Amino acid sequence: MIAIVKYNAGNVLSVQYALQRIGVDSIVTDDFEVIRTADKVIFPGVGHAQSAMQYLKEKGLDKLIISLQQPVLGICLGLQLMCKHSEEGDTTCLGIFDTQVKLFSSPALKVPQIGWNNIYNYKSELFNELSEQAFVYTVHSYYATISEHTTATTDYILPFSAALQKNNFYAVQFHPEKSSVAGETILKNFIQLT
Amino acid sequence: MLTKRIIPCLDIRDGRTVKGINFENIRDAGDPVELALLYSQQGADELVFLDITATVEKRKTLVELVKRIATNINIPFTVGGGISTVEDVSVLLQHGADKVSINTAAFKNPQLIADLSNRFGSQCVVLAIDTKKEEDGEWYVYLSGGRTKTGTRTIEWAKQAVALGAGEILLTSMNNDGTKAGFAVDITLLLSNQLPVPVIASGGAGCMEHFKEIFQQGNAAAALAASIFHYKEIGIPTLKKYLSNEKIAIRL
Repeated sequence: MIAIVKYNAGNVLSVQYALQRIGVDSIVTDDFEVIRTADKVIFPGVGHAQSAMQYLKEKGLDKLIISLQQPVLGICLGLQLMCKHSEEGDTTCLGIFDTQVKLFSSPALKVPQIGWNNIYNYKSELFNELSEQAFVYTVHSYYATISEHTTATTDYILPFSAALQKNNFYAVQFHPEKSSVAGETILKNFIQLT
Repeated sequence: MLTKRIIPCLDIRDGRTVKGINFENIRDAGDPVELALLYSQQGADELVFLDITATVEKRKTLVELVKRIATNINIPFTVGGGISTVEDVSVLLQHGADKVSINTAAFKNPQLIADLSNRFGSQCVVLAIDTKKEEDGEWYVYLSGGRTKTGTRTIEWAKQAVALGAGEILLTSMNNDGTKAGFAVDITLLLSNQLPVPVIASGGAGCMEHFKEIFQQGNAAAALAASIFHYKEIGIPTLKKYLSNEKIAIRL
């Protein structure tokens, strides 16, 4: 069973629907035991880093998430919360990745970045079978810097981490659940991890 | 590179797709979920569903439709039409919509934009503006599906809305809508150059060159069209290939 972590960040249902479309059952839950014993855990999120971290701490979900042993996939805000620190609300995050999250800053380009952008320089089995320079759907104002954990890169104003990985922790900045066939390939790859 | 978006728009009434000419003469154009699926498979980057159902009880049909869309399609979609409260938005997002578009209610109560943005994030708040160029050469905001004129200039309202938290502007030119003579380049360029958020151009698409024009001359982040897609006058794959050949950043 796939557990999707339920917390005060939006768009959790879209992830469940996307898994349904590739024939995978999942449960949206904040039950510690269900999350701890799930085959895989998805940590989604659309929202504000500071309020999300505060909520995770109040519920004790912060300690639970960093202690997980099975494959975990952070999505969008999920990725940012798995980093060390976010400029959004000057928030100390979970610290799984030793990576900083910063605000896009450029008078020449629109912020947030909304739409389809290509990813490249794949370094994870999450991107098996994916075409080079695949397009994925992305909506965000903050980005994770390039670090030793970067497993895919994308460019907007500057190159940043489209994906990160450390041990059993995987994360993507874009929304695979809304990224058409490319997103389905990535979700299938995650489901097939052992 | 971030690409320009092609967005088919489905006008919904009582759960069916419809299309009017110049905001009138509504014709039936098919089942919205079937169309949505077709468009997503053809490479549409996003979808917009505008509900023009008048009555409150029919809104439940919309919520059911949103859920059907969300379970069936794998690209983002926006829902608009008749949204006036935080609760309306909450219900639509809970059923799987990615964004909502607000129009008349936001103009009458600008605080709604701030409330939605604070609660759900500006990325899901699309401000729709119906605009018309008057004889004085200025573009003004129109409300209630284009029936009510205001004395507010479009650029002023757009700036105020973005300051309150609107994450995107969906700009429909009433002069161009239904004419198939091309998008309104001047007002699209003005908004796009002066606002820090993406502008979606709408109204007037008649041929592929119009899309090229609105991206290159109007600096639009996205272009929205309805009837040319519904009536298969332009195929999305053909359009995207054309734009890509014209050196416009497009997802193929």
